[in-house]
Amino acid sequence: MLYFSLTKKILITVFCALLGLLALPNFVELDKEVPLLPKNTLNLGLDLRGGSYLLLEVDTETIKKEKGEFLLDDIRSALRKNRIKYSNLKLINDGVSLIIINEEQISEAKNIINSVDQGGSNLFLNQSVSELNITNSENIFNVTFTEDALRSKYRSAVNQSIEIVRRRIDGLGVTEPSIQRQGNNRILLEVPGLDDPKRLKDLLGQTAKLNFRMVDTSTSVSDALRGKIPPRSEVIYDKDSIPWLVNKKILVSGERLADAQASFDQMTNTPVVNFRFDVAGGKSFARATSENVGRPFAIVLDDQVISAPTIRQPILGGSGQIEGGFTVESANDLAVLLRAGALPAPLNILEERTIGPGLGADSINSGTIATIIGMLLVLAFIFLSYGRFGLYANIALTLNLVFIVGVLSLIQATLTLPGIAGIVLTIGMAVDANVIIFERIREEYDSGKTPFSAVEAGYSRALRTILDANITTLIASLILIFLGTGPVKGFAVTLSIGVITSFFTAFVITRLIVANWLLKRKPEELPI
Amino acid sequence: MSSIRWIKKDLKINFLRVKNIATIVSILAIISSLFFLVYKNLNFGIDFKGGTLIEIKKDENLSIAEIRNQLSELNIGDIQIQTFGSDDIILIRIENSTNLDANADMSSIELIRSSLGNDVIIQRTEIVGPKVSSELIQKGIIAIIIAVFLMLFYIWIRFEWQFSIGAVTALIHDVMITMGIFSFLQIEFNLSIIAALLTIIGYSMNDTVVVYDRIRENLRKYKQMNIFDLINQSLNETMSRTLLTSVTTLLALFSLYFLGGEVLKGFTLAMIIGVFIGTYSSVFIASQIILYLNVKRDWSKN
Repeated sequence: MLYFSLTKKILITVFCALLGLLALPNFVELDKEVPLLPKNTLNLGLDLRGGSYLLLEVDTETIKKEKGEFLLDDIRSALRKNRIKYSNLKLINDGVSLIIINEEQISEAKNIINSVDQGGSNLFLNQSVSELNITNSENIFNVTFTEDALRSKYRSAVNQSIEIVRRRIDGLGVTEPSIQRQGNNRILLEVPGLDDPKRLKDLLGQTAKLNFRMVDTSTSVSDALRGKIPPRSEVIYDKDSIPWLVNKKILVSGERLADAQASFDQMTNTPVVNFRFDVAGGKSFARATSENVGRPFAIVLDDQVISAPTIRQPILGGSGQIEGGFTVESANDLAVLLRAGALPAPLNILEERTIGPGLGADSINSGTIATIIGMLLVLAFIFLSYGRFGLYANIALTLNLVFIVGVLSLIQATLTLPGIAGIVLTIGMAVDANVIIFERIREEYDSGKTPFSAVEAGYSRALRTILDANITTLIASLILIFLGTGPVKGFAVTLSIGVITSFFTAFVITRLIVANWLLKRKPEELPI
Repeated sequence: MSSIRWIKKDLKINFLRVKNIATIVSILAIISSLFFLVYKNLNFGIDFKGGTLIEIKKDENLSIAEIRNQLSELNIGDIQIQTFGSDDIILIRIENSTNLDANADMSSIELIRSSLGNDVIIQRTEIVGPKVSSELIQKGIIAIIIAVFLMLFYIWIRFEWQFSIGAVTALIHDVMITMGIFSFLQIEFNLSIIAALLTIIGYSMNDTVVVYDRIRENLRKYKQMNIFDLINQSLNETMSRTLLTSVTTLLALFSLYFLGGEVLKGFTLAMIIGVFIGTYSSVFIASQIILYLNVKRDWSKN
């Protein structure tokens, strides 16, 4: 236990030096980059650096409903085409239901509805699998999506949402945002440095479905409000709560937008949004504007009229301008939204945590002070308790702290405020391995062994106890890593790293120093 | 360089003499913990209850009463206002009961922001929707149950089943009494307390394992000694380590409690309570369970 070969000594020293080097960037600020030298510092969590944390959920009910409506349209047109009489065609949970009027047509209807099933491809079986469950009792049909089909629709909606969220956030110009998928239909968003998430939430709170439609002038708006709404129109309000009667039919939808930029109107110098359609969109827009010169059309975003200008002349170039009484910021945000595209479904905010930069800095300060004072107290106590051996243990303890910082910087684990608590706690608990060893050495020495064999026996007998004791702590903290989120996870990560490094420092480094001293001095008595 | 032995060399305390008293004390503590948990419940924070929390730093001349007045005019449900650490830091809590979705809670922050205006700095806002809070409770309970089972299993493999029963009994004892104290003092119970409970589980286990390790060693060494004396001797031999480790851990924890800032106070308090109870339980509870369960004496045939 006490003889270290030269190779081993060198290996241990090199390993310690490497770990120390990893921690270095946190303590020394280099003016220029030195090659081969690590430059990662601790990755501070949002609670320490300030920022916003948002947990969003894709509204799968909306997706289900939308897919159901498509299915309803498909079935309706297929049945009509084949002249099959039906009634009560309506949306139900997970699909649609209908009644076939003529009993002779039931089996034919079944085939036709079956043909509506487009199927999804199954990656594993490499074949098309049915997307629909079609059941009927007599003439009442239930057509529902299979669970797999719904799940894959949700999955692609979530993926699409993540992409769009990413594009919208990029448009905000914040640094290092992190966007992750969580679970089946959730998105976790972390934006460092953002202390008022209102703008962020406004940006994410809109699905941003844009479309261009004609304003219906056949009936006056006041008549429509009294209930005389033409069947192909609907009343939509603008942001000043002024009602507009607008056609349901969409001339061009926002999906056809190729670009959108915030700008200033050359005449009035007010903020506007310039947009450009892709080729197909440009053609439809040209046709629609040519046919409707002199009439107003509405630009509708998420069931709100942004503006309703009159078409003065056909717009053939495929580009246009939205004037909606914008501020510079709101014009910019709208351009970001339009460029990023529409979300497939609304995002619900499930959880939001925002920490101001001041509070984060306070936390770093008090955490650092608590760590230093706690450390000093423990060092003093250990020195009092074990004298020379205590001093050796203290060297290991100090190295332990450096190593934790080094490993955290290396793996770029997030250091949170509870993480700092984890470090302080590790300091208290790290000594445990040394305490177990030293107590054992004392016992062996008291029982009459020579200094050398007492130390030898102390280390070898304590090993198993230390392993058993540390593994229990490790089990508890690993569970926290897997089940915890955010700050709690940060705590568990530092605690786990601390348990491992403290085992190494107590059992390898202290032992090396103690052995060196014993072999060199060959003391008659053990100062323990 | 001299060293201090806090515990004298041949310590001979008859720990097990007070085992019946310890049992009664522990059972009473558990019963009253259960009583508090049932009748007073835990003071769940927004992590588990859902709702909104806002931490503000206020201007000197703005009184809490004024803030309370201004906010009560907003009509955004049940509002709790209290100071947090120092007089100028104020926590505002809004219950989730009136508006059940997170999107609505967002706007209450905006209302408060505009109502209090420039006299305050908003330092922290937390909004937890009901969906997430119920999941967090579930996850917390699952984490603790998994931890207890893994400990049971680990000790069973490394020792014998008697030891794993003893260790886990001590564990459940520690967790229950810590929660009971939290309920009695009505300290906010949030996510970080779950982390503390799991750390207590690890710590208490750590303590118990060191004692058990010595009992096992002595069982092999002194084949004829009666189990009562053997456990007592093991406790005495490990007492110095038990106390020293508790002291170093407590030194670190007290430093955190007094200097580490308000946010960590609940967590460190839970840990401090846990260290005391965990140390007590490994000496007086975990050890005496071994006394009653018939442990294997002859370890040579394994």
